[in-house]
Amino acid sequence: MTDTNVSFVRHEQIPPSPPPPSQSGAIKWARENLFSNWINSVLTVLALYFIIRLVMGATPWFINGVWDADSIRECRDILTAAGKETGACFAVLVDRWDHLLFGFKYPQDAYWRPTLAFILLIAAAMPALFYMYVPRKFLLGTAAYPFLAYWLIWGGSLWVPIVVAAAIIATGLVFRLVESLNVSTRTLLAGAVGILAAIGLAYLLFLGAQELRFIAGSIGSEGLRIIPFLLFWAASIFTYVFFIPMGIFVGYAIYDDAERGGLVTVVTALLAIYVMLVYLLGPVSSGLNAVIPLELQAVPSRDMGGYMLSLILGTVCVSLSIPLGILLALGRQSNMPLIKGVCVVFIEFIRGVPLITLLFVANVMLAYFMPPQSNFDLILRVIIMITMFSSAYIAEVIRGGLAALPKGQYEAADSLGLNYTQATRLIILPQALKISIPGIVNVAVGLFKDTTLVSVISMFDIVGMIRGPIQQSTDWISIYWEVYLFAALVFFIVCYGISQYSQWLERQLATDHR
Amino acid sequence: MTTLADQPISASGSSFKLSMLLNDTRYRSLTFQFIALVAIIAFMAFVGGNLVRNLAEAGLNISYAFLGEPAGYDINQRPIEYDSTSSHGRAAVVGLLNTLIVAFLACITATVFGVIAGVLRLSNNWIVSKIMSIYVEIFRNVPVLIWILIIFSVMINALPGPRDFRGEDATASMSFFDTFAFTNRGVFAPAPEFTNSFGSTAELPVTTTGMDWLLVIAALLLSWFVARAVANWATRTQEATGNRPTTWYITLAIWVVPVVAVLLFLGLTWNVPELKGFNFRGGMQLRGSLIALWFALSIYTGAFIAENVRAGILAISKGQTEAAGALGLRPNRIMSLVVLPQALRVIIPPLISQYLNITKNSSLAIAVGYMDVTGTLGGITLLQTGRAIETILLLMLFYLTVSLLISFFMNIFNNRMKLKER
Amino acid sequence: MNRQMAETQEEVKMKKTVFLGALAVAAVTGGVASAATLDDVKARGKLNCGVTTGVPGFAEPDANGVWQGFDVAVCRAVAAAVLSDPTAVEFVPTTGKTRFTALASGEIDMLARNTTWTFSRDVDLKFEFTGVNYYDGQGFMVPADLGVSSAKDLDGATVCIQTGTTTELNLADFFRSNNISYEPVPIETGAEAVQQYNAGACDVYTTDASALAAQRANFEDPTAHVILPEIISKEPLGPLVRHGDHEWGDIVRWTLNALITAEELGVTSVNLEELAAGTNNPEINRLLGTEGDLGGMLGLDKDWAERAIGVAGNYGEVFETNIGENTPIGLARGLNAQWTDGGLIYSPPFR
Repeated sequence: MTDTNVSFVRHEQIPPSPPPPSQSGAIKWARENLFSNWINSVLTVLALYFIIRLVMGATPWFINGVWDADSIRECRDILTAAGKETGACFAVLVDRWDHLLFGFKYPQDAYWRPTLAFILLIAAAMPALFYMYVPRKFLLGTAAYPFLAYWLIWGGSLWVPIVVAAAIIATGLVFRLVESLNVSTRTLLAGAVGILAAIGLAYLLFLGAQELRFIAGSIGSEGLRIIPFLLFWAASIFTYVFFIPMGIFVGYAIYDDAERGGLVTVVTALLAIYVMLVYLLGPVSSGLNAVIPLELQAVPSRDMGGYMLSLILGTVCVSLSIPLGILLALGRQSNMPLIKGVCVVFIEFIRGVPLITLLFVANVMLAYFMPPQSNFDLILRVIIMITMFSSAYIAEVIRGGLAALPKGQYEAADSLGLNYTQATRLIILPQALKISIPGIVNVAVGLFKDTTLVSVISMFDIVGMIRGPIQQSTDWISIYWEVYLFAALVFFIVCYGISQYSQWLERQLATDHR
Repeated sequence: MTTLADQPISASGSSFKLSMLLNDTRYRSLTFQFIALVAIIAFMAFVGGNLVRNLAEAGLNISYAFLGEPAGYDINQRPIEYDSTSSHGRAAVVGLLNTLIVAFLACITATVFGVIAGVLRLSNNWIVSKIMSIYVEIFRNVPVLIWILIIFSVMINALPGPRDFRGEDATASMSFFDTFAFTNRGVFAPAPEFTNSFGSTAELPVTTTGMDWLLVIAALLLSWFVARAVANWATRTQEATGNRPTTWYITLAIWVVPVVAVLLFLGLTWNVPELKGFNFRGGMQLRGSLIALWFALSIYTGAFIAENVRAGILAISKGQTEAAGALGLRPNRIMSLVVLPQALRVIIPPLISQYLNITKNSSLAIAVGYMDVTGTLGGITLLQTGRAIETILLLMLFYLTVSLLISFFMNIFNNRMKLKER
Repeated sequence: MNRQMAETQEEVKMKKTVFLGALAVAAVTGGVASAATLDDVKARGKLNCGVTTGVPGFAEPDANGVWQGFDVAVCRAVAAAVLSDPTAVEFVPTTGKTRFTALASGEIDMLARNTTWTFSRDVDLKFEFTGVNYYDGQGFMVPADLGVSSAKDLDGATVCIQTGTTTELNLADFFRSNNISYEPVPIETGAEAVQQYNAGACDVYTTDASALAAQRANFEDPTAHVILPEIISKEPLGPLVRHGDHEWGDIVRWTLNALITAEELGVTSVNLEELAAGTNNPEINRLLGTEGDLGGMLGLDKDWAERAIGVAGNYGEVFETNIGENTPIGLARGLNAQWTDGGLIYSPPFR
């Protein structure tokens, strides 16, 4: 081949020329993401206009904000003196900072206690929230946390929570101990426990039936005497023919079951914790306190307020409602019609009424259902109602998780010879709960937001503080933007944090690799 | 824990042991249920006994007679005839209707907000989708009570009062050719009035000139039936010939002509609000409390619905969109004909629970003084009569009924929308 | 009640405590108290007193969270008389909705929350009003520039009302009997009512005249608002207790009367100690316990009234420091002057 008439052949590659300006960098991005067609362009312009208006409106308000004033009038005077047209009075946040966070009655020198309790809460929640990274033994700290937090927030003697914790541990030990007894000793114990339980239960049921007789005797108007009369006799017959023998049979059943020992173990443990909590808790803790006083100033729960109250209600109610929700969900799945029926009615009832009516119940009705003169304080009644409320929602979430489990899991557990408790504890719940966690977190966020409703029943959470003592005070009359924005902000921080965690967890738990 | 009743002694003979009631799966569920029954009875006895005792001690009794007594207070928003001499029962019904009104309005607007935000959040316009996700996150993560209070406070303070419209140096003026007034007491708008009215049926919750409106509604229903027939005819023609006849002007005429005819026949005039004395008179008033509650519930729940909509759209596999694109459909037709109908099946169940939430959250009306059922029955009536137990039970019963009804009807709807699997 | 029931009730009463203890719900957390309120209060060492969630001058927590006000002073006086410690009071904020249940259920021992003494509250709701510490009446406040001089000119006005009080009923009655129309705007808290009123969302704000004055004092320009001359109702406000415990009712009643009598007799916080040593006025001596044993009849000691007066002085002094003309609230004594000065404040004699 000669190379006389060869057209030009390039031997080296030319360097790539830069893309045209419209196809690179910010312009390309803007073209693709902001102005890809005329609708998008219009939307973009509208959005930009909206943002600019918002920023233009809000910025001077924020920048001119007054942080140091004693009252709204002083604040406005400062703004007028400086010749500013708009400006926020953030001074209210400075002035009422403690009130917004802790309510107006929590002792000021004890603010460190709830603060510490909530810092510890984050620490204690870590092992549970990030269980895949934190060694399991740290969960012990999580278990100890409620006792410590109770002491820090409510004060009083440290020995009370310690003794309660000790009683719970001791009950576990009793349980183990009875389980490990040999058959003859256990039969002996079962006999004793059986007699005790028979007497106790028969008496208890007798009293319960008496109560029924009492109700039957009191209800009914003059025209309807026959119905109370029949009810009264039904209750009487139940008392003597049914309930008292029943107690005795239970006692016998405990004795009869000694060989397997399930009943005697449980009943002994129950008896143990009952005796410890009812009879020993008071004397032991006060005795210990006399020897080594470990006391903080006691704060009654009606002194709780501000954002702290929301956090307390949120944490307590969510933690209490998860086990309750699991039980309700299992009950709803149960094949026992009575238990299933009770659970369904409870769940549907609670989910059908607004939380505010339940809070009214806590506020004005629950007192009538409690023994006369027994004085539950309001926060406890509210905790009971909110816990019931959220447990119904959590039960539904968990039911979804249970339903999502393939049937084979249940059958496999059965074929391994596991009984219901074992199958539920070892096979079903771990999987169902894993599926339900994002849903539970959503319920928790919703519940935490709903704690603001307690302001409607004259409790001073952060919204209650704003609507009551702050807006009503001479100094800060009718101030609203600054305080409500602050309240919105503190809720946003926590709720957004939790929902981000939930999304992260959802990704972590997605083990099915779709 | 057992009873004689539980023991099939005769059946199983002497080999029966009491512990079998606990350990033998044949009897165990009976035993457990019996324990549960006793526990429930014991609980009822405890609660009921306390109630009876407490009531006796306070000298009270349970009686619903107060529902028939005169209420003695006035309600500003009255869908049915009511004045302070009406009974507590009627006040409760007024409140109930007010609850349903705000819940209904909020359900509609929340759905609109939610669908718009949910679709726009998936838009390829960066700035719009970012704004929408900020909207969703901000509204979802702050309690609805705070939103209601903020929106109400802003409305009260930012809008002019009626007295600002008055005088030579009025700082505010009416909008839309002096027909609408936006004040902090609410929006005053022109109201339709009929000069040849048929009279009124006061029991109708819609308006006091009920018969006239019934006529209008009848005309609209008629139009709807005819329009449907026309559409069916068009579809049949299309199926037979392949060409869809142009029907939009026919449909338009069918919708417009009868209504206009009826309205002309009734002698429609507009009653424009005017500033007289303390307030705007005439026209109709959407009260500030209703607007604030309505808007707050809509925008709050809209954020949740947006998430449901987004999840529903994302659940539709991309292949569907691509297939539709391959058929030559335009993007907006893909959305409305292919993606949304399928996404709807995913969206509807959570949507139902959002509607239920709106209904339940409307009980926060007391925060803005909107007289819903919690405000009348559970508020003023409770306070004036002191019948806490009765009113709260009635209140819960009402919400329970509404919730069950909504979920019942929405479930029927959901079942009809469901993919029929064969 | 039939016979069986009576028997049963006896049995049940006996066994109630056991039953409760066994159910172990209530027994652990809430103490079961006995029927006599005085014993309860003494055992607790604190008086639970129901107050409002905040009305300036009457009951309001200050910036340090200490409750101050005219109603609060009554609670403190009772606490001083019973427990010898005016600070041994647990103030329980109640709303209009919760106040009566709180009292009926025993959550509070007394209610000092500008509550109007009415027939149905006394008879039907079973409470015992122990006197009147403020004679009030429902009034109207309007912006001065509206030029309204009488409540009868209010035809078509929008009226802000704080719900849960007798004001709603009075208002409905007033407008109906005068045959004029109005638009009610019910509002939960006083603060929000004021906010709406100031923003012009309502033309009129109506509540008890004292509260109107108190809230007007907080306005930026109090003179721009007028309180109309019409007082459309009688609102005798006073502390109340549960029906049935008359000993406790007597203590609250006579503590209030002691404050009133002290003013009538010229016993003030300044000369209290001097007079308590004994005077030649037998009525003062009986009041302050140097003569006779009125305290013993109440189940208290001799110095109970001296302690009650010692907290913040006599009725007049309490009035002047909390709501009197020299305070921002600026209320004149008016009807609430001593009967000797032409008012209605009148205490039965201490003998």
